[in-house]
Amino acid sequence: MKNYYDIVVIGGGPAGLAAAIAAYDNGAKDILILEREERLGGILNQCIHNGFGLTRFKESLSGPEYAARFVDGVLARNIEVFTQTTVLSLTKDKKITAINTEYGVFTVEAKAVILAMGCRERSRGALNVAGSRPAGVYSAGTAQKYVNIKGYMPGKSVVILGSGDIGLIMARRMTLEGAKVHAVCEIMPYSSGLKRNIAQCLDDFNIPLYLNHTITRIEGDKRVTGVVISEVDKDKKPISGTEMHFDCDTVLFSVGLIPENELTKGAEIELSPRTRGAVVYQNRETLVSGVFACGNVLQVHDLVDFVSEESELAGVYAAKYVLEGAIEHDGVEVVNGSNIGYVVPQRLDKNIGGNVKLFFRVTNTFRDCTITVKCGDTVLLQRKKKIVVPGEMETLLLTEAKIAQTNGKIEVVLEENV
Amino acid sequence: MFDVIVIGGGVVGGTILRELTKYKLSVCLLEKENDVCMGQSKANSGIVHAGFDAAPDTLKAKFNVLGNMMMPAYTAELGVKFVNNGSLVVAFSEGEMQTLAQLKERGEKNGVSDMEIIDQEQLRALEPNISEEAMGALHAKTGGIVCPYGLTIAAIGNAMDNGAKLYTDFEVGAIDKNGAVFTVRSTKGETVEGKLVINCAGLASGKIAAMVGDNDIEVKARKGEYILLDRESGDFVSHTLFFTPTEKGKGILVTQTADRNILLGPTSEEMEVASTDTTASGLAFVIEKVRKMTKNAPLFNTITSFAGVRAYSSRHDFIIEESKRTAGVIHCAGIESPGLTSAPAIAKYVVEELVGNIVKLERNESFNGRRKADHYFKDLSNEEKNEIIKNDPSYGRIVCRCEQITEGEIVRAVRENPPAKNVDAVKRRTRAGMGRCQGGFCQPHVAEIIARELGIPFEQVTKNGEGSALVTGVSK
Amino acid sequence: MSVISLTCIECPIGCALEVEMENGNPVSVKGNGCPRGKLYAENEVVCPKRVVTSTVRAKNGVMVPVKTDRPVKKSEIFEIMKKINQTTCELPVKIGDVLVENISDEANLVVAGNA
Repeated sequence: MKNYYDIVVIGGGPAGLAAAIAAYDNGAKDILILEREERLGGILNQCIHNGFGLTRFKESLSGPEYAARFVDGVLARNIEVFTQTTVLSLTKDKKITAINTEYGVFTVEAKAVILAMGCRERSRGALNVAGSRPAGVYSAGTAQKYVNIKGYMPGKSVVILGSGDIGLIMARRMTLEGAKVHAVCEIMPYSSGLKRNIAQCLDDFNIPLYLNHTITRIEGDKRVTGVVISEVDKDKKPISGTEMHFDCDTVLFSVGLIPENELTKGAEIELSPRTRGAVVYQNRETLVSGVFACGNVLQVHDLVDFVSEESELAGVYAAKYVLEGAIEHDGVEVVNGSNIGYVVPQRLDKNIGGNVKLFFRVTNTFRDCTITVKCGDTVLLQRKKKIVVPGEMETLLLTEAKIAQTNGKIEVVLEENV
Repeated sequence: MFDVIVIGGGVVGGTILRELTKYKLSVCLLEKENDVCMGQSKANSGIVHAGFDAAPDTLKAKFNVLGNMMMPAYTAELGVKFVNNGSLVVAFSEGEMQTLAQLKERGEKNGVSDMEIIDQEQLRALEPNISEEAMGALHAKTGGIVCPYGLTIAAIGNAMDNGAKLYTDFEVGAIDKNGAVFTVRSTKGETVEGKLVINCAGLASGKIAAMVGDNDIEVKARKGEYILLDRESGDFVSHTLFFTPTEKGKGILVTQTADRNILLGPTSEEMEVASTDTTASGLAFVIEKVRKMTKNAPLFNTITSFAGVRAYSSRHDFIIEESKRTAGVIHCAGIESPGLTSAPAIAKYVVEELVGNIVKLERNESFNGRRKADHYFKDLSNEEKNEIIKNDPSYGRIVCRCEQITEGEIVRAVRENPPAKNVDAVKRRTRAGMGRCQGGFCQPHVAEIIARELGIPFEQVTKNGEGSALVTGVSK
Repeated sequence: MSVISLTCIECPIGCALEVEMENGNPVSVKGNGCPRGKLYAENEVVCPKRVVTSTVRAKNGVMVPVKTDRPVKKSEIFEIMKKINQTTCELPVKIGDVLVENISDEANLVVAGNA
């Protein structure tokens, strides 16, 4: 086998596929995608609901339909793909060690590496939920895999913790497949899912959403037999006396996604404690030259359309890196100021050129507020917002001309209008 | 007809079973659960105690120190992970510093070697994340950590490789003796006959004792809750950190595990009815104590919390003795901490002294005490891995991404002794599902492999035995 | 005159819509960010419709993603699910293949992903 490529893409989900296609179309023809599952497409293969692609394709596609467009794109180009191949490690000098049944453990070297490993779900274990540990406790994504890919029902009588989109989608999905979903509870005073999913996944089926509630106890010896949920106070502590009991055989957790950066850490690539993804320039290059990151491994997105957009950026610049060589970075930091959770990219480099879309999340729900991008005392951009919520990623476009005005650290802040 | 029937597939029963196969004896193990190692051997701290804790001249003190000395060779032979990381009993006051001196003295009386009292500076050098308040510690260099289920499963598997027979789902309901023959009857009506019975039934050992007329063995349950951190935080501490024991008890410990996770706990709570439920107050207590012992505890890296049971006797020492009323029965009851450390020594004593007292022991020349130590595929060199993959490509397919466990290892766990029949059993043998995603990604795949290997429909695959099916049926 | 509040489900923005009703008919829509929202609101207050997505078990056991190729009456979703659950197919199939013609309301059940 070949053990040297211009570009190796780690992960064949939406991010990796879009990055590979963009890199190819921008002149890099020697590309390998390493995918651990049997087929390309990543998590989209199990997201059989519709609503994907509205931004990009102006139509509402199912997850597999959206994935298929990119899979077809890869197959139509001369891009090499290894499926059922797990990357075991990555080094700073871009040596990738992977394993599969055909080649065993092998190493490939690349001029540029694109990290597109996606994210994983936070599990029940991370939350210290009290009670027993019976069968029937699943993360929402695992349940989704059972129902949509494997064709099995993880349970018939369900309570869901967490109102992230996967939790909401699974509430509807389990209901359609004949299960009874008793409740979705959310520890925050707001849902982290999209509003339309509250409407079409819960309201359509009269599934109650309990805000400011959490599961305080899981019951059952061998299989779940019930849960207790409680209201929480402003410090997220359960309020005694508010307990509600539900008989159920299944508990689903949809309590957040975490970028899968084990390989990134192994390569000693600097991570942001905010996003838990790599620190990147606007071209999605990490602080290790020639290693790019995109999609949910970089920041957890709400919409796959944005994943594709971001990944194409990484692909374009990875190709440029291969064809034109490394960029001497002259970067300034982009930091999250008051009421802003994080900003991507975390570095801006004038040498890269072009406009830059800043992606960020706010830390709380704010009504009537102003978001400002500034450099020292210079205001680069200001936008008034009627409402912003942490569950929905915000973007602002910083033009090349504005970037030219910067001479130091750039800060994004949110202020409430008085 | 067996020469010896061992009741209880925990670490005590398992190591005794293995010890018995060193002799020309036909032996079997009765386990009430679907897999071995389902009681206190499953969920405990995994500490190989040095032996300074138990009062001199107790069975606990005797077997602890002996077991500690045996453990390195014992685990090496079985291919079980053991690390001699050393223990630190940490003092937070002058009074506690004095207690350390007493502990050291007690340890010396018990025969513990290599203990030293260290000051604050030395302690910080050993454990940079120790609390600023810590004043010093007793450093017991012979302390260690072992994988408790790894040890139990390996001992039983090795015994089976040497001819022992395992009956799972066999809950003992009655024991009858006719002449010299015992008939052990399960609650479902199956029977096993034997000449000797060894009671290692943990929490149920009092009940088993009562079946042969020994009503004076009283066993109670205590619960211990734990929090486990990601291997990513595995360097948070390297030693096993204990609080200095006070009248109120021993407090929790903070330790690395043999697999390089960080384990915090346990609480210690008396129970009327045995339960392994965790509680909000218990876990909060663990966190509070961890924050007292250390600084900057990476609790954000919590991957799971769990609870285990401890069976202790009203005598507050191990009960290891022949039945007073029924000849041919040996009880091992109330084997609480340091039972794991003591197990190899208890097994040797029970077989050589107690069993040997009743029957003539004749060496089994074909006994092979080695168990292939290739359970940890990911720790092999690339060349070694490729050699294995060449012969069996399924070792080239990663199933559990967090712990990098391959299909080959899972198949092996299902096939080799003692066979894994469910998802948790595979987890204990291979670590598949024990990592940061807690089986979120790999469980469906692991379950498919189990179904295929056992030739059962997917719907019958369980988490941990009857009643714990993963799915309730097909979707359509 | 009455007002019905809705959340638009046409796109991820999820506009809060207010529909003024007179004699059971919508007379005005407020809050929509685009024309699709107005259309959605006008239909929603009269006869709510949804695209149904699910799976069909192919004869070899593989699950095939499917969807209705246009919105169907919300009130008929569970009837449609019954029909979907009785449907099967031979592989291979490709995206857009019709598995059930006119499953409801002139909507066909089509393949919505590679199996």
